[in-house]
Amino acid sequence: MRRDVFQAIADPNRRAMLALLARQRMTLNGVAENFRISRPAVSKHIRILKECGLVIVIPQGRERYVEARFDKLNEVSDWIEEYRQIWEARFNRLDDLLEQMKKEK
Amino acid sequence: MPSKNKVTVTAEPGVQEVFITREFDAPRELVYKAHIDPKLYVQWLGPHGYEMILEEFEPVSGGKYRYIHKDKEGNAYAFHGTFHTMTEDLMIQTFEFDGLPEPGHVALDTMRLEALPNQRTRVTIQSVFQSVSDRDGMIQSGMEIGVREGYERLDDILGNMPS
Repeated sequence: MRRDVFQAIADPNRRAMLALLARQRMTLNGVAENFRISRPAVSKHIRILKECGLVIVIPQGRERYVEARFDKLNEVSDWIEEYRQIWEARFNRLDDLLEQMKKEK
Repeated sequence: MPSKNKVTVTAEPGVQEVFITREFDAPRELVYKAHIDPKLYVQWLGPHGYEMILEEFEPVSGGKYRYIHKDKEGNAYAFHGTFHTMTEDLMIQTFEFDGLPEPGHVALDTMRLEALPNQRTRVTIQSVFQSVSDRDGMIQSGMEIGVREGYERLDDILGNMPS
């Protein structure tokens, strides 16, 4: 199944994992320790993030390290466009409010 | 219906800041009031379909705020910070999303309100983050709600969110 980045960040645990990995690369166990969900569930989330190209998993000895790939995210310039649309919706609501305020003045 | 003013978002790759600019067809005094009157603030800041709860709100220099966006399923997203400078032409505040696993990822938002001719106002927001990864991570966190607003096809996935 083809995964996309929006599916990847639709889940709050995956967003939290990305935020955590933004600071430093971590072992799979290290990631799991930060979450109250089961270890298989953590692995599943990491697999989805990996399939979207948002993280890479590097085997090193017996450990598997997970590294965030934010350069990959930057390539998806839609991020900025999505962010812009949030502000647009917010400011359009502010426009409507300002129109009311002008009338009441 | 008049055409809306455009929002511009500038986020250069590799730089830990974001700029947002927008003009409003209203005088600065009203734009400022919409930012400091709690009854007005809750009407536009929160995303559509979310209840916006202002837990704390002291919009004066040195004051603090904490607000929560709550959806119908009870998912809550909390944010907090302090107001450093609150004047009609300049608002500076810190901003932190409480939903991150690790506290301390704080952004500094500087908002300039510039009075334009014909009773119009230009708003420029500069958000400075602690690192490029923080910026990129926090834009994504901030987007979570927008993604849900805009991508209804994700409803099924969201319906299965772990509690």
